[in-house]
Amino acid sequence: MPLLGVVGIALLMQFVLKPMLGEGGSFYAKLLLDIGINAMLAVSLTMVNGFTGQFSIGHAAFMAVGAYTAAVLTYYGSAYLVGGETFADAGVQGGLVSTMLTERVRDDGLATAWITARDLLFAGSLVAGGLVAAVFGWVVGLPSLRLKGDYLAIVTLGFGEVVRVIIQSQTADVLYTVEEIKEAPVLGVAQMFALKTDEWVAPLWLRAGGSLGFSGLPFYTSLFWVFLWCGLTLVVAYRLKNSTYGRAFLSIREDEIASEAMGVNTTRYKVRAFVLAAFFAGVAGGLFAHTSGVQLNAGELGFVKSFDIIIMVVLGGLGSISGAALAAVIVTLLPEALRDPPSLLFPTGPNGGASFFPWSLIVLGLVVAGVCWRAERKVRAVLLLLGTVLAWEALRYGARKAQVDLSDYRNVMYALALILMMILRPRGLLGVGEIWDRKRPHRSVPTATGKTGPGATL
Amino acid sequence: MSERESILEVGGVSKSFGGLKAVQDFGLSLRKGELQGLIGPNGAGKTTVFNLLTGVYTPDAGDIRLGGVRINGLRPHRINGLGLARTFQNIRLFGELSVLDNVKLARHVRVRHSMLASVLRTAGSLNEEAEIEDRAMELLKLFDLADRAHEEARSLPYGDQRRLEIARAMATGPKALLLDEPAAGMNPQEKVELAGLIRRVRDEFGMTILLIEHDMGLVMKICEKITVLDYGKVIAVGSPGEVQTDPKVMAAYLGVEDT
Repeated sequence: MPLLGVVGIALLMQFVLKPMLGEGGSFYAKLLLDIGINAMLAVSLTMVNGFTGQFSIGHAAFMAVGAYTAAVLTYYGSAYLVGGETFADAGVQGGLVSTMLTERVRDDGLATAWITARDLLFAGSLVAGGLVAAVFGWVVGLPSLRLKGDYLAIVTLGFGEVVRVIIQSQTADVLYTVEEIKEAPVLGVAQMFALKTDEWVAPLWLRAGGSLGFSGLPFYTSLFWVFLWCGLTLVVAYRLKNSTYGRAFLSIREDEIASEAMGVNTTRYKVRAFVLAAFFAGVAGGLFAHTSGVQLNAGELGFVKSFDIIIMVVLGGLGSISGAALAAVIVTLLPEALRDPPSLLFPTGPNGGASFFPWSLIVLGLVVAGVCWRAERKVRAVLLLLGTVLAWEALRYGARKAQVDLSDYRNVMYALALILMMILRPRGLLGVGEIWDRKRPHRSVPTATGKTGPGATL
Repeated sequence: MSERESILEVGGVSKSFGGLKAVQDFGLSLRKGELQGLIGPNGAGKTTVFNLLTGVYTPDAGDIRLGGVRINGLRPHRINGLGLARTFQNIRLFGELSVLDNVKLARHVRVRHSMLASVLRTAGSLNEEAEIEDRAMELLKLFDLADRAHEEARSLPYGDQRRLEIARAMATGPKALLLDEPAAGMNPQEKVELAGLIRRVRDEFGMTILLIEHDMGLVMKICEKITVLDYGKVIAVGSPGEVQTDPKVMAAYLGVEDT
């Protein structure tokens, strides 16, 4: 049933929401893609860092592995499986499910089909990318049998860098014509065993652009695919968390010794968490690689990207699925919102552009609401809200007086906003709970020890 | 009494940490339904014995058999699965999980459905989840914790946390239960209640229990048989009466007069 729901939402996004955004809406559509992909990354990392409490800081590496696997498969695979042109030739696209274009450029009938062989190849590549990433997840999960805390963090960080450097150090050549592609060795296994280094020709799977990045990838990633996979990730994470296996994961985070003594095979579950998280990160990587406007480059999938994902997980609250998803929305939108910051008194910036105004206002509301959410005293929450708005207006007024464009300082403001949120909510927006947990009254009832439940985190 | 089926047979178990011989040639026999005490002065090696029995440490030598199956060297979760559950001297609850989830987690070791079934929510997995919930609530009722089922475990008062640890250990469906100083830090009133609870667990479930305890009053009152440990060696075994009058035990606890 939820699967049908997820497919339904994905279809609605693609065929109802996207046309509604219209011609000028590609910016918002792109933001939606980013939100979906980031939410997948954050929720999958939650399975490791949030559920089992292992601190992995190499998540972008799984994304890179998935991205490159999927990219090689769609790019070179199409020459073999689908035939015809490579994607460097303009205009080769998938069916209606895999496009972000509002107008179809081709008139030979291919483009107007709902689903084509290319879409299936893309879907298969995503799964393959996820599976290869999962294998890497298993490999990285293995040291977690022995290492804890900071030590594991260092291993995962190192792993991430190793993956990045290996990808970047491969040949920068990408083959363009079908003849070239069909001549080159696919896996190069026979070649490797021949050991004739002077005759070495890089096999197709290593021809992924190296340090220059993989250019010419088709833009298949659409609202449909992103929200299909994002929905799947959320459903799997939610069901897992609320099952006996989820309790096993969480017990490892709470107390590994007790967990083991209560019959939980902690090693097995830690590895499983890594494998599962890596799978979804790999799929997210595949989606990222085929996004319009993205040139796949391993350099962008290094530890900085890993930390971006960690920021989302920590901001949302370690262990909270809805928190991670919400944080992904905020972290994706906040820098954009700060480009043209909202203001009640000064709806337009010095440059007059206010196109982002309605969006950014919503974001600011979300952020402030998130910060004030569980404040015990309502008066304090309202004061905080008013204070934020007033301080903001004052800043805008000052900026206008001084002829300063605030959007120049958006990265500073973004960082300040993160610091502020962590000071106000050190355990993340939602702690370990979920948005819907808050409705249960017994969760925050004062107890005999005088402390209160999860509601007392502020 | 001696015809009762033996649950736990330990013989010749030794463990050294570097030069320190923490446990030497330790032996113990626990029969079905027995409530046995393991006592000894501070540092005698009682908790080390528990850690050896439950797989936290691997014994250097000796033989540990649970219901006839050799368990030394197995990992703690395997030993728990085979039916040996424990509590900890310093409480180790899953603090941020609810009281109910603490007990439900302990049923995990008996779960038959796979992780995939959990994600797909197959009928089998849902039935089993419901079964786990029922069983956990039953145990919480028995341990008088049902009205706190949805609170965070760490928010419970100290005595309740101790009780919850026993409930959690019971939820794994053990053949024998090892309690490591369950009365530590309790007031006299709580100790009396705890003694009653341990007896009830033994009588109602026919549970076999090995109890480490410093409170002599409690041990002497509820245990049928007592093993006394000093400097890692068993110095006496017998009924409370026998142990109390044993000169070696008196020497271990009170010291020996120089002659």
